[in-house]
Amino acid sequence: MSDSAAVTDKQTTEYDKLLEMRDVHKSFGHVNVLQGINFHVNKCEIVALVGDNGAGKSTLIKTITGVHRPNKGEIYFKGKRITIHSVAQSRALGIETVYQERALADQQSMWRNMFAGREITNKLGIINVKKEKLETERLLRDSMGFTSKAITVDSQVMFLSGGEKQGVAIGRALYFDAELIILDEPTMGLSLSETKKVLDFTRSIKDHGKSAIFISHNFYHIYPAADRFVILDRGKIAGDVRKSEITQDDLVQKMENLARTGVFE
Amino acid sequence: MLKKPMRLEHKLDLSILIVFFSVFILFFIANPGVFSRFDIYYSFMSTIPFIAILALSVTLVVVLGMMDLSFPSVLAFSAWVFGTVFTNTGSMLLAVICCIAVGTACGFVNSILVVRIGVPSLVATIGSMFFWRGAVNMVARGRGISLVGAMDTFLFRAFVGRIGGVIPAQFLWMIAAALFFGVLLKRHRFGSHLLFVGDNEQSAAMMGINVKRVKTIAFMQVGACAAFVGILSTLEVTYFWPSQGQGYLMSALAAVFVGGTSVFGGMGTILGTFLGALLIGSLEAGIISSGLSGFWIQFIYGLLIMVSVSTYATMMKKRG
Ligand SMILES: Nc1ncnc2c1ncn2[C@@H]1O[C@H](COP(=O)(O)OP(=O)(O)OP(=O)(O)O)[C@@H](O)[C@H]1O
Ligand SMILES: [Mg+2]
Repeated sequence: MSDSAAVTDKQTTEYDKLLEMRDVHKSFGHVNVLQGINFHVNKCEIVALVGDNGAGKSTLIKTITGVHRPNKGEIYFKGKRITIHSVAQSRALGIETVYQERALADQQSMWRNMFAGREITNKLGIINVKKEKLETERLLRDSMGFTSKAITVDSQVMFLSGGEKQGVAIGRALYFDAELIILDEPTMGLSLSETKKVLDFTRSIKDHGKSAIFISHNFYHIYPAADRFVILDRGKIAGDVRKSEITQDDLVQKMENLARTGVFE
Repeated sequence: MLKKPMRLEHKLDLSILIVFFSVFILFFIANPGVFSRFDIYYSFMSTIPFIAILALSVTLVVVLGMMDLSFPSVLAFSAWVFGTVFTNTGSMLLAVICCIAVGTACGFVNSILVVRIGVPSLVATIGSMFFWRGAVNMVARGRGISLVGAMDTFLFRAFVGRIGGVIPAQFLWMIAAALFFGVLLKRHRFGSHLLFVGDNEQSAAMMGINVKRVKTIAFMQVGACAAFVGILSTLEVTYFWPSQGQGYLMSALAAVFVGGTSVFGGMGTILGTFLGALLIGSLEAGIISSGLSGFWIQFIYGLLIMVSVSTYATMMKKRG
């Protein structure tokens, strides 16, 4: 798929912000979940998106990834406006996502999950099963550090532990070499050692010159990993601070104030 | 260390294979005279392909966790189109093209109800089942169409001729369909999408799979296959009749479920459906020639279905 189909060519290819949302609105029926979001991610930056349950974090990232179409507003990726809002299109542009819901299919094998929606095929659409299995195997052992012998690329996802499922979801996002990786509560339900792996991985994104959006409710996870914190409150951006401007304790304090008074200060 | 467990689908395939051969051994023991001769297999080869092709095609919809009950009516309506176009133009090719196009369009109508409007597939296709049966009764006014004139065309021989004087051509179509659907479901991108959508629709959407498109194509191919079987079954007897296909509904669905495909979606076996169709299709003749009276037929059908689906349900429970 060509990029030109997805974007208008008004801007030059020079860009300073990897991703930018301008005045994005999204509602479900009468519920206005996003109300005028202005948000951006720089090149080589990890942005933490924080906010209460139901603040609209998942909805925000789903408008970026094309799961939802914004009712109003514009989204730019690498300086070019995204006009076709579909998951296939955003993946083609270089946005990979680890969804809160993990987006796996339980009865399917690991290798089918790994390549869902992006199968390696020949011109007739016949899947190169051998290659998909090999790549899955490599990814599981090398990148995600799966050690259990009981798990193979043919294992159905339903038999995996929570951490292993998350490993598959993250491995999948890794494989496709994205410019922007979105992680929606990737550490949810994970043990300490599994969490550490995810956090190490998040930090390594920057080393590869890529960017990430990281959503979590745990400030001990977010603070060390992120460069910048964007606070979302009931569908609006309530704050945007760089790590250099705020200590972890201050951030926690201000979030508590926000929950109490509705103001981030 | 645990022994690597056998995958559920392989277990299902194995059990249907065992059932299939057991039943045939039983037939053989009961009446070796009939089952050691070619005649009965010849008759199987000419009749079973109709329900087998239908069952193979419907398997894809069942893999999506959905249902299509309208295919026998679509079959009849497209077969009427086939007969009418042929008798009016004398062109087999044109008749075939019109017939398949109409069947595909009927499938598309189902997909509009299910995918766009959001009617559950079982309910939607109950509606279209009556609709197309009613339509064919109206347009045919209860009368059949004789197609004896089609017998000396090339396409007639290609569809239902006797290869080498002995093998019914539709048998080869059935084998081809089984191979096609087998590759499609387990080795083709589309099959992978079917499995993923049937398993978890939300996940599929989040992975960029066009869920609506997958469902639409699934219903359309059932329509196309129903039309194709409509052609085969019409030509086999060189006669169209408006109640055509009515007997295929339950036997085709029984073949799918006896084969081990789950009604919940996300899994399916083409080998299972294929063997299921052979089993269901040969049961009647098998029972009769075993010396049991015709009264036994439905009873044994029922027993077979109940036992096999119970076995599969038990297997499913155990793996969790
Ligand atoms: N598809 C949908 N249809 C209707 N309402 C929705 C839909 N998706 C989200 N919502 C609503 O939008 C609001 C924001 O949901 P969202 O999932 O974005 O919150 P969140 O910030 O990710 O919360 P959490 O921290 O619990 O994951 C909620 O009130 C939710 O009920
Ligand atoms: Mg969320």
